[in-house]
This record gives sequence, C-alpha cells and structure tokens, in this order.
Amino acid sequence: MNHSAISVAGPRAREIAELLVLFVGVSAVVYVIVVCALIWAIRRKRAATRFEDDDARRAADRKSRHIIGAATALSVLILITLALADFFVQRSLSAHPVDALRVVVTGHQYWWEIEYDDPAPSQRVRTANELHIPVGRPVELVLTSRDVIHSFWLPSITGKKDLIPGHTTSEVLVAEKPGVFTGQCAEFCGLQHAKMRLVMHAVSPEEYEAWRQQQLQPGRQPATDEERRGQSVFTKSSCILCHSIQGTDAAATVGPDLTHIASRTTLAAGTLPNDQSNMATWILSPHAIKPGVQMPATQLAPADLAALTRYLASLQ
Amino acid sequence: MSSRCLELLFLVSAVVLAGCQREERRFSEPPAASVAIRSVVQSDIRPGGAPPPPSPAFAYDSNAHAISQGKQLYEWFNCTGCHAFGGGAIGPPLMDDQWIYGSDPENIFATIVEGRPNGMPSFGGKIPEQQVWQLVAYVRSLSGQVRKDADTARSDHLFTRKSESSMGNTRPRPASPPPQPPP
Amino acid sequence: MNTAADLAELEKRWADPPGFLGWMKTVDHKRIARRYFVTALVFFALAGLMAALMRLQLARPENTLVGPDLYNQLFSMHGTVMMFLFAVPILQAVGVFLVPLMIGSRNIAFGRLSSFSYWIFLFGGIMIFTAFFLNVGPEAGWFSYVPLSGPQFSPGKRTDFWAQLVTFTELASLIVAVQIVVTAFKLRAPGMSLNRIPLLVWAEVVTSFMVIFAMPSVMLGSSFLISDRLVSTQFFNPAEGGDALLWQHLFWFFGHPEVYIIFVPALGIISEIVSTFASRPAFGYLALVLALVVTGFLAFGLWVHHMFATGLPPLGMSFFTAASILIAIPTGLQISCWIATLATGGRLRLATPLLFVVGFFFIFVIGGLTGLMLASVSLDSQLHDSYFVVAHLHYVLIGGALFPLFGGFYYWFPKLTGRLLSERAGKWNFWLFFTGFNVAFFPMHILGLKGMTRRVYTYGADRGWGDLNLLATIGAVTIAASMIVFAINVVVSLRRGQRAGENPWGGTTLEWATSSPPPSYGFAQIPCVDSRQPLKHGKEALAWVVGLPTLVRTSLVTRLHDAAPDHITVDPEPSIWPFWTAVAVSALFIGSIFTPWALVWGAIPVTVALIGWFWPKHEETERTNRIEVKPDESRPARFLESAS
Repeated sequence: MNHSAISVAGPRAREIAELLVLFVGVSAVVYVIVVCALIWAIRRKRAATRFEDDDARRAADRKSRHIIGAATALSVLILITLALADFFVQRSLSAHPVDALRVVVTGHQYWWEIEYDDPAPSQRVRTANELHIPVGRPVELVLTSRDVIHSFWLPSITGKKDLIPGHTTSEVLVAEKPGVFTGQCAEFCGLQHAKMRLVMHAVSPEEYEAWRQQQLQPGRQPATDEERRGQSVFTKSSCILCHSIQGTDAAATVGPDLTHIASRTTLAAGTLPNDQSNMATWILSPHAIKPGVQMPATQLAPADLAALTRYLASLQ
Repeated sequence: MSSRCLELLFLVSAVVLAGCQREERRFSEPPAASVAIRSVVQSDIRPGGAPPPPSPAFAYDSNAHAISQGKQLYEWFNCTGCHAFGGGAIGPPLMDDQWIYGSDPENIFATIVEGRPNGMPSFGGKIPEQQVWQLVAYVRSLSGQVRKDADTARSDHLFTRKSESSMGNTRPRPASPPPQPPP
Repeated sequence: MNTAADLAELEKRWADPPGFLGWMKTVDHKRIARRYFVTALVFFALAGLMAALMRLQLARPENTLVGPDLYNQLFSMHGTVMMFLFAVPILQAVGVFLVPLMIGSRNIAFGRLSSFSYWIFLFGGIMIFTAFFLNVGPEAGWFSYVPLSGPQFSPGKRTDFWAQLVTFTELASLIVAVQIVVTAFKLRAPGMSLNRIPLLVWAEVVTSFMVIFAMPSVMLGSSFLISDRLVSTQFFNPAEGGDALLWQHLFWFFGHPEVYIIFVPALGIISEIVSTFASRPAFGYLALVLALVVTGFLAFGLWVHHMFATGLPPLGMSFFTAASILIAIPTGLQISCWIATLATGGRLRLATPLLFVVGFFFIFVIGGLTGLMLASVSLDSQLHDSYFVVAHLHYVLIGGALFPLFGGFYYWFPKLTGRLLSERAGKWNFWLFFTGFNVAFFPMHILGLKGMTRRVYTYGADRGWGDLNLLATIGAVTIAASMIVFAINVVVSLRRGQRAGENPWGGTTLEWATSSPPPSYGFAQIPCVDSRQPLKHGKEALAWVVGLPTLVRTSLVTRLHDAAPDHITVDPEPSIWPFWTAVAVSALFIGSIFTPWALVWGAIPVTVALIGWFWPKHEETERTNRIEVKPDESRPARFLESAS
C-alpha cells in the first residue's frame, strides 16, 4: 500500500512509525494494567458490609495511598520518557536538509500547483498534481495557498503540513525506494476536498533528470491534422481562459498547466486515470465526477472533442 | 388575529423562499445550444435587430454562490484589466448608473458574449454560458442591483475599494460627465 | 418540625402558577433542568441521525447517497449540534439540577437567569435547525476555519448562522456557569465547608470557571468572523494585515477547554456513582478535588496541539506537547482513586449506573492513550486530520462524557421523575452501546493510519478503506439501536416504571434527603452537615435550620470557606420577562446576521424587556421589607445544634 502511515517508504515516515510503535506498546501495557486492576477491584471477594468504622477504612486507605502514589510516580516517569522521545524525533525531523531539491507547492481549490524552483527562471518546471522526485535525495517543499487552507500529506513518506494563505510553511520529503505514492489534501477545503489527491513518483536520479529535461521543453507541436484541429479547438474555446500550454498562445494561470499533461498518470487531481476517454468525460461534465469543482462544463461537438483529446494526449 | 397570522405566514414563506434561492449551489446548468467554434459572433444592436436571448429561469441575481463565482471569474478572466474593480480604467466603469448597452441581465449577457465596439472583446464560445451568467450577476452587484443578502462581501486579498456589499444598498453612483474636448 | 401548615405555606410560596403560563414563568431549577435534558436529548437524537446518514454514505466507496454539499452540511451540523447544543448544555443542566440539591439549597442562584438561558439555548437551536432545513446550514465544519468560512469562500449566510449559534449557546452557557459558581460558593448548607462539598459540585464549579474563561474567546472569534463577513473588517484577511491563523488560536483557545468542559462534569458523576455503589466515600477526596482543579487549569495550556500541522516554531510546539502529556497525570490519578474505591468498598451491585461507569474505564482509557499519541508533534503530523482523530475524539467524548452521563441518567432518573428506569432495558442499552461503539470507532484508528482523511464525503475504491468503513457503519447502526432502547426505556418507565422512594440507591449526599421528585421548594428545612456524607446515618440523624421566613421565597446564604450562616436572601418570583428578553435578544442576534443595524434597532426591544424584568413589584418589595427591614420578632431565626 502506498498511502499508509504504517507502510513506510521513507526515513521520516519510518522514524514516526517507530515512535508510534513505542507509544502503542507503552499504551497497550498501561491499558492492560488498568483493565486488570479494574476487573480485580470489581471481582474482589469481600464482606457484604462496608467498614465497621472510619478507622478501619483509614487503615485500608493508607495502603491504597502507597500503591497509588507509586503508580502515579511511575506514570510520571513514563510520560516524561514519551515526551522526550517525541522531542528527539521532532528535533531530527526539523533539521534542515542538506542539498535539497526545492519545490514550491501552492494549494488551490481543488488542485496542487507545483513548481520546481531554480535560480534560473528558464529552468523551473511547472506542473500540477503530480510530483516526481529522485530517490534518496531530500526534497524541501515550500508550501502556501492561493485560497483556503489545504494540507499536503503523503502518509508513506512523511507527516503532513498545512498550506496557509498568507503564510509559507515547509516540509521535507525523502523517498528511500522507487514507487508511486499517493496522498490527499488533509485540511477541509470545500466541496471537493475529498477528491483532491496528489501523486508522487519516486524514481532513480537518472530517470528524474530525464523527466525534468522533458518537462522543460515547450509543448509538443501537433503532428497530425487531427492534433492541429485539437490545438485550434483548445485556443479558440474556453480552455485558453484558464490553462496554459508553453509554446502556444495559452498562458493563463487560473487552472493547472497542461504543457505535459500526457506525461501525468492521473487527471483531476489524482481522481481519474489519464486516458482519452476520461479526458473527454472530464471536459464535457466535470461536475458529474467532482461536483463543485471550478472547471466548467464545456460543450463541444463530438469531432472537436475527439480532436482536442487527441491533441492533449500528444502533450508528453 | 387571523390576518396577523396570515401576514406572518406570508413573511415567513418569503424568507424561506428567499433563503432557498440565495443558498442554492448549482454546479452545472443544463447545456444550451452550443456555440460553434470559430464562428464570428454578430451583434444584434441595430434598429429592428433580434431581441437579446432570454434570461435563464434560475435567478442568478439572487444566488450568493453565483455572485461569488462571478467575482472570482471577473479577476480570473481579467475583466479587471480594462474595468479595474468596477471603477473603470481603459474600459468604462461598471459601478455607475451609465449603461451604454443596457443593464438588464440579458443586455449584459449579450455585451459579454457579442463584444462591443471600441474594445470590449467577444467572449462568445470562450466563456461557457453558465459562467457568463455568473459574471452578469456579479457585474450587476457592482452597481447595487442584486439582493443585498446574496451580495458578496470583501475579498481575501488586497483590495483598493470598499467591498460590494457595503455599496449594495445605495443607488449606483452617477456617472462622471464625459471629458469635454478642448475648445 | 414540619407541620402540615408549614409545608402548605412553603408550597404556596414556591409553587409555580398553574397551567401553561406557570410553565413559561417558572424559575424552579428542577423544572428548567428537566427542560434542558429533554431539549438537549432531542438535539442529540437529531445530530445522531445526521451521523447515521454520514455513516451510510461512507459505508461503501464512491457511494452516491449524499452529495458533497449536503455531506459538508451534515458533518458541520453534527459537530456543531453535539458540541454546542448537546454536550455542554446537558452537562451543565446536570449541575443546574443537582448542585442546589446536593448543597442543601432550595434553588439555584439567580433563578430568572436560568429561565433566560434556557430560552436562549432553545431559540439558538431552533434557529440553526431551521437554517439547516432551509439549505442555510453551516458547511465549513464545526470549527469553521477561515478563509474557507470567510466572505470570499463561503457565500451566502450559512456561516453567519453558525457564528450566531455560537453566540446563542455561549451566552446560555456563560449564564449557567455564573449561576453554578455563585450557588456552590454562597448557598451551601451550614457546615458544608469546602472540604465537605460533594465531588460533582466541585466538578461543576471547575467546569463553570473553565466556561467563564474559555467562552469569551470563541465569542470574540465568531464576532470577528461575522464582522468580516458583514461589514468587511479584515481580521482574517492576510493581504490586509489580518491572519488566517488568528482564527485558529481564538477558536482552539476555547476549543480545547471546551472538551474538558464536557469531560469534567462527567468525572464528578463518576465519583458520585462509584462512592454510592461501593458503599464508601470516594478514596482520596483531596486528590480528586485537586485533580479536577489542576485539569481545569492545564486545559488552558494545550490548545496549540490542534495546530501542530500549521508550521509553528518547533520549540513552541514542544511546550504544548509537554502540557498535553502532563494533563494525563491528574486524570490518571482520578482513575486510580476510583479503582481503589471500588476495590475497598462493600459488595458491588453491578446495576446499570455502575455498568456505564465501568464502560467509561474501558473506553475512555483508550481515548486517553491515543490522546498521548496525538500530543506528540511527530506522531500528530501523521495522525492529524485523519480518522485516527475521529476515533480518539469519540473515545474520549463518548467514553469520557457520554457513558458517565448515561450512568448519571440511570442513577438520578428516580430523583428527577420519581420512577426507576428498567434495569433489564438498561443492560440492553449498555451492552448495545458498548459493543456498537467499539465496533464503530475502533476501526477508525486503523483507517486513519491507512491514510483516510477526515471530512470526506466519499473515497476511492482503490484505497482499500471499504471494509473497515462498512464495519464502522454496522457499529453505528448498533449504537442507534441502543439509543432506541434507551428512548423506549425512558418513555415506558415514565408511565409504568417502579416508583422510587427518596433514596433508592443508598446514596449519602443531600439530594437523597428529598422526595423523588423533590417538591417545588426542594428542602422543607435547610439541613446542617458535619461530614462529607451527610446521610451516612440516615436522614433522621440530620440537623436542620429552622426559622427561615416563609412570607417570601428565602434562601440561606453562607460563607465561602466554612459555610457558616451569613444572611437570608430573597429569591425571585416566577416571571415571564426572561422569556420576552430572550425573544428580544434572539431577534437582535438573528437580525444581525443580515444587517449591522439590527444591533442598533434590536437593542430597543431588549431594553424594554430588561426594564420589565427589573421593574420592582409593590407586593414583593412590601414583603421583602418586612423581612429585611422589620423582621418579625415573634419568629426569630435560629440554628439548631446537631440532634445526635
């Protein structure tokens, strides 16, 4: 499973999972002790009547006082230990990563805007909803939001961090093995909070570099007539008002960047597998899949729609 | 006593129905006739021209969600580029009472879809119809022509003017006189 | 000492006027508490139905029973109603009913305020449910984070209704809190010094102080929110100098004490039930009281643990980890004391009240331990906003507050109504609830660890969460069944339940010295106490205060620390003005959802109603003067020594 806090794929999630084991172990022992004490207290053989007088009661209470005192002292020690354990893990997780890849993630309702940071603007990769990172190298996420509070969470990799408008937070990702890991927005952000997923591909450094170079290219020019028709549909209908494709006239930043849409494995923030049929459905009636999403339903003649999806499918 | 009850009932029903209209969230409108791509959209503003298309049955002007969406779209589609936040820049102001092509919802719809001389682009075929109606509702809110309780309030970012709902109840401010050419 | 004539005179003074008008005018804490119970339970049932709908929607992946808009309203209403309209009011109502009876007072302090607070509570509840049925129900969660609940992202009036509900319920809670503190501090029976106060009274006092300090924070926050939405202030707008996190701080500074406000009275209930059924005073009285007080203080130092994912400085967050872990100590101490009480008492009767208390132990301790996990910043980074938290919060709230509350119902139902609830149905109620609860909520721990986030109206079939969700839904249905059993038990027992005497359980606190249900005047004579267990040797061994004037409603005010008699005070007569004031205030609150002018124009009816409230009545002034200014020399007040 690739979206679970207990099936870990990174050192940070592993540290947290190990701490969890400590806490759960201690908790289980404490619970068993408490429950056994309770059952013993209830089932204990005793005379039907209560204490004959206050002195007898006080004598018994003295003994209880010692036991409870010891139990409380022991609990304090255990709690201090747990607090310290958390403190050390927290310190380890807060350490600034060295030689980290910087990725800026901006939350929108209901998609993730992703930009790989670089000192040279021409070397910045812009994409949406899907991250690619090299295995083993720390990735420092710089998180903010364009509208409401969201939360970035890849359970198998690390803990979550909120994306708050007006603030910048940060989180670190380290994948220790290749694979596809998913998560979803973890702070209620509106109607489609439930389907605001994110997908992360952890790949070898070479594959990552190849992917990055591919992403830096402008949008692939249409090769066939149908693709050309599709590009024309894109620029002459409502798509161009919200989306951008590098290398065409489309440069709007309202919606996700579609320059390399075909290189993504999912559509609609991880909700649908990326194929032409889903793409057509998404364009024609997004609200049938995600009611409340910002993408409007776009009416297109069937031939235009087919051409458009063919063109988008060519944008590797 | 019974007429008082009737009045109360009427008032309550009015409030109830008003609330219903205001709070509905309609995500997609049933599709109207689609506008063909790449066709030139002709304006019908001439004597004897066809009347503008009818308003949709759904009252966008009374719907808070529609006006709020319209406000977002107003910025996303760069209406602010010419009309600023209603005060006008290279395009005419939208918060005054001067409407060159009419202030009814149908008129504003036609203006957005058909475009107008001297710089208003035609968005027909570019902006889906439901979103145009949302923009229409928002534009009308800029001059206080929508229901006060459905109106939007302030935005969550830097703004250079008062919020729409604080202008709502007033009459649209009179237009400034057109600049006179030098004698 | 009580002649028939005396009792008749008392009854005349203290009874409410007859009929519907008398019902509206009452200031009797027992009648008002009963109203609170019934209303809060109705809200509980409605919020429970919403939960059932949510569980049905989540039973299968990609289910289409409920769409996102309705689902968002359902979970927002469920949380809001449970927290603001059920849990706090009902546990305060336990105090409204029992605190005066347990301290030997005839009425709660400021009786007309009780009436006012009930109407405010009721009108707020009616408002929000009306809003919900008109599609204007809250949609941004019970916590309404900005900017989602702000003017830009929450169009319409939904969030405004939510924010005003907060105002309604906070006003009602604050009023009751003030009353409980004054009652417990100043109206105690002579001899009930601080170290002889029943543990439930201590719990309610600590709760009331928490209410007084915590509620203003959320009232302020919700007022800021309404103000942002209505008149364009910028409190939460980051671009204009505000901050989205300000809301979270203001809300959680209230929100964390809120859950302790719900939890602490339940701790008091447990102490009472445990000591009665173990036939001995609760072990470690001083430790139990100090634990309550320390919990109350510490509760204010934890709120940031709800914000661990917001990127606050790690060192600061570690402080809140330490505080959140620390608060386990007083609670653990209390649990040890109760186990010691059970272990060293007489033979236990596992009647339904004790059964629910045992259920508390099993369930709450799990909740407390998962709370330790959530207290850790590192663990919380994985667990926050996942179904693990849903599991935790229900374990602590249902286990920690609802199970003791049900135990309290079964325990004090005879005192409230004069009839006992059926033991057999009670056991069915308990076992269905206990089983259903664990089946419903334990799997949610695992769901959270497997990545399921909160507040989702559906989830993908590829997530692998379907089976556990189905199990949780089955548990939820079982809980619903247990509630139906409870409802039937109550309805049937009210008519045909076994009649209860004064003291069916053999309790030793003063409420068991009155009839079941108590008469309108509570105590015919104020008792004098000389120990923590006034009824230890039976009611006949009690000493009583004689000589309180019966010309008007009078109460005996005593000193704070040693409860020595101080003076006699006159209690208010039944009045319709609290109702009208509540109507006027409600109109002001609801109007201000739509226009700020409601604050101005709405103040006029409120002023008129308050004038009516305080307008002195000739007859009352006459009678009061006769007692205070010119006391009747032929019947001097005097206090008897202990009879035994």
